[in-house]
Amino acid sequence: MSKKELIVSAIENGTVIDHITSDKLFQVIKILNLENCTNQILFGTNLNSSKLGTKAIIKIQNKYFERYEINKIAIVAPTATLIKIASYEVIEKFNLNLPHEIEGIVKCFNPKCITNHEQVMQKFTVLDANQIKLQCHYCQKITKEETLNFL
Amino acid sequence: MKNRNLISIADFNKEEYLKVLSLAEEFEKNPVQKIAEGKVVASLFFEPSTRTRLSFESAANRLGAKIVGFADSASSSTSKGESLVDTIKTVCCYSDIIVMRHPLEGSARLASEVATVPVINAGDGANQHPTQCMLDLYSIKKTQGTLDNIHIALVGDLKYGRTVHSLVEAMCNFNTTFHLVSPVSLKLPSSVKMHIKEKNLTYYQYTEIQDAIDKVDILYITRVQRERFLDIQDYERVKNSCILDKSLMNNVKKSMKILHPLPRVNEIHSNVDSTPQAYYFQQAQNGVYVRQSLISLILGLK
Repeated sequence: MSKKELIVSAIENGTVIDHITSDKLFQVIKILNLENCTNQILFGTNLNSSKLGTKAIIKIQNKYFERYEINKIAIVAPTATLIKIASYEVIEKFNLNLPHEIEGIVKCFNPKCITNHEQVMQKFTVLDANQIKLQCHYCQKITKEETLNFL
Repeated sequence: MKNRNLISIADFNKEEYLKVLSLAEEFEKNPVQKIAEGKVVASLFFEPSTRTRLSFESAANRLGAKIVGFADSASSSTSKGESLVDTIKTVCCYSDIIVMRHPLEGSARLASEVATVPVINAGDGANQHPTQCMLDLYSIKKTQGTLDNIHIALVGDLKYGRTVHSLVEAMCNFNTTFHLVSPVSLKLPSSVKMHIKEKNLTYYQYTEIQDAIDKVDILYITRVQRERFLDIQDYERVKNSCILDKSLMNNVKKSMKILHPLPRVNEIHSNVDSTPQAYYFQQAQNGVYVRQSLISLILGLK
């Protein structure tokens, strides 16, 4: 049996973000601020995927993400799988789920919302994680994908 | 309800609305009850308002409370650049309850989170105005004898009208049938219609008042504002479809009442004012009793 060739090379320690839809790759890179990350980063996009048709993948050496960063990924790429690697072995693998409430990640799109005028932690209730419907705790307006901006 | 905030109509449940309304009835029978002597009500109006501010201050006076505050943000430290959070924290040192109106949406919720005294929202931008909703409920109950099984027509700007949105949400607790009358471009948003659908209640949609007016117990009319239209021709086309004139009232129910949150501009012709159905000025009067009821319940005096 021939060994399947990896198009994006394996990493020794760190995190793999797999099953990102191809069109979301650069958005994920941006929200995680990977442009300014000095760790070794490998990525590929428009790769074949039995699950998605085509997919993107990011591998970051020596980096494990915090909860708020994982929530950011979940908002942009809800289909993604997060895989933690140590010594080339998978130590943890999970699908992304948005919690019922998110704090300090997204900006309310409503220019008349108090959170865009005072220094206050932005809070949202997640009404629908798949289509992105985030209801502002303060003004109650719903931020959707097309009006989404990260803090 | 002692020490509770009232920020949004959803903060109180059906039993609590009914409690507020029945105490308001008591205040209507006996309006001067000096039960809040020694209490201080902070009345913080970061934007001007006539009815709401005077009605709250009148309610506080009749309860014997003292009022501190300001009637527009120019006469507060906000004009020096003080944040809302700092203003609220300071005012808490001087008062037992805060009544606030602010042009930004969500401001009252934020204030309630930093305040050490209860906060009543007297309007936060286009978001919520729960005491208006309470007095609308009071007016419906008083004129119809009940809140249950009412046919209500909501007329005018159903898209942006915050009083309409709150009233729909509250009336969904009482098996209401809704008759929604608006220009197509100002229809009730789906986020509000959702409340009607969740309760499996019946609603009808019209573009002309005359198609609904004879069927209803309450006609709640709001202003169609010119500035909501991108195209002035659209406005000209629809502006008269939601104007109430006496000539449309030949076959209305005798017990039907017309409500309006006021101020009106031209959407109710003055020839309607003398009909037995006109109720909008008494409705404003009811606001005082409802606010007396709320202040005394929240201060734990009743």
